[in-house]
Amino acid sequence: MGSNDSLLGKAFKGTAGILRPFAVTASHLFQGTITEEYPDYKRPLPERAKGRIVLTRSPDGEERCVACQLCSAVCPVSCISMQSEVRADGRRQAAWFRINFGRCIFCGMCEEACPTLAIQLTPDFEMSTDDPLKLVHEKADLLVDHGGRDPDYDFYRHAGVAVGRDPGTHPDEEPPVNPRSNFP
Amino acid sequence: MTLVLAGWAVLLAKMVVLLALVLAGAAYLVLVERKLLGRLQQRFGPNRVGPFGLLQPLADGVKALLKEDLVPQGADRFLFLVVPGLLPLAAILAFAVVPFGSDLTFMGQKVPLVLADLDVGLLFALSLSSVGVYALALGGWASNSKYSLLGAVRGIGQMISYELPLGLSLVPIVMLAGTMSLTGIVAAQADLPFIVLQPAAFALFFISALAEIKRVPFDLAEAENELQAGFHMEYSGMRFALFFLGEYVNMIFLGALAAVFFLGGWHGPWLPPMAWMLLKTAVMPVLLIWIRATLPRLRPDQLMRLCWVWLAPLALLNIVATGAIMLLRG
Repeated sequence: MGSNDSLLGKAFKGTAGILRPFAVTASHLFQGTITEEYPDYKRPLPERAKGRIVLTRSPDGEERCVACQLCSAVCPVSCISMQSEVRADGRRQAAWFRINFGRCIFCGMCEEACPTLAIQLTPDFEMSTDDPLKLVHEKADLLVDHGGRDPDYDFYRHAGVAVGRDPGTHPDEEPPVNPRSNFP
Repeated sequence: MTLVLAGWAVLLAKMVVLLALVLAGAAYLVLVERKLLGRLQQRFGPNRVGPFGLLQPLADGVKALLKEDLVPQGADRFLFLVVPGLLPLAAILAFAVVPFGSDLTFMGQKVPLVLADLDVGLLFALSLSSVGVYALALGGWASNSKYSLLGAVRGIGQMISYELPLGLSLVPIVMLAGTMSLTGIVAAQADLPFIVLQPAAFALFFISALAEIKRVPFDLAEAENELQAGFHMEYSGMRFALFFLGEYVNMIFLGALAAVFFLGGWHGPWLPPMAWMLLKTAVMPVLLIWIRATLPRLRPDQLMRLCWVWLAPLALLNIVATGAIMLLRG
């Protein structure tokens, strides 16, 4: 409001300044609501939303987790614990696997660290309970029967067991180069 | 003898109906406020209890009854327990003089649609609205809390100040109608509602009423930011609900007063008189809610300045001008 405004101009501006907000709020009456009624309507979350953690399986239905402890090591709140065991055929797996969701901060670093894509975060965030012990999930609670975000990946076809195959016969592996062929 | 008994019975019936109407109105005004405020802010408001949330007042009542009723240590126990009833009591009592329609003929008898057609109805209504000041003052003092006391002191200053322009703004109405009876004032508006003749008085009345019931933008007695909740901060459960109820009964009461003094009361075409009265009574609460959704709160010094520097002199000026015009027109 400039100082050279007349009294009438000031009065007009002041009145408009008081009345305009009323028009704004009244127009909201006709614009409808923008509320999402949560329990009735659940907004589809992005696939990478960080919620409940699961252990996925490889395409042939085997457990992906090799109990390498990397997720447990990287976890900032130390909510993941496990013990490894070796199967008769030489494959590693988790004897038991436990996540305390009461401590989990859903940072997703376990997922980043996992070399086998076993541990993954899902968009499911509805985990509240009145019993804190229900927040401690054991391996049976965590295991799902699908491959999660990357269903075709299979760690054991690439590495992780003594396969006894000749060099160069693994998937995506080039045959060894005969150094003598490089001779001039 | 039977006639006297019948008269009493009719009076009792009217009292019961009025009380039920006012209490249900106040309870549902809370719901209307929450719903309308929600829509004005692009959200839903309560819609979980019953269809469209219509049973919400019931749920609120049950909740208020079941909550713990705390009395703070060091509080004046008797006053603390009694005071919350004062506010709704005064507000409901004031409805006794509000006319809801012209006379009704019931079983061959004329039944006026007003509990008590006092000759000093306007004074009665105004004086009862000032009894609310006592509820505020005693409530703030009895709590033995600094915040409550501060809120009460601020609220008292505001309410007492704004009673002056509130009363003065109604003087031209009395001058025009020639009576202080609310029925008489409505009857005087048969041709023309007074808002057409006295727009300035209506504006003064509206602003003063807004401040009188301590609503946005004049809700300084319970400014949450600095005073938590002001004079009723220490109250919980049903006692808090009574303060709350009093505020909403007051809203309806001021709506009724605005309808009676300025909007022509029960007069109106097509609809029955009672419907007109109820419709006009609803105008003020809706406006109050709209204002609450729109304007920010004033500072205390701005509030006092507005009252003493602008509203009170303007009200006096309006009286003088009205008198001069009446004198000139004979």
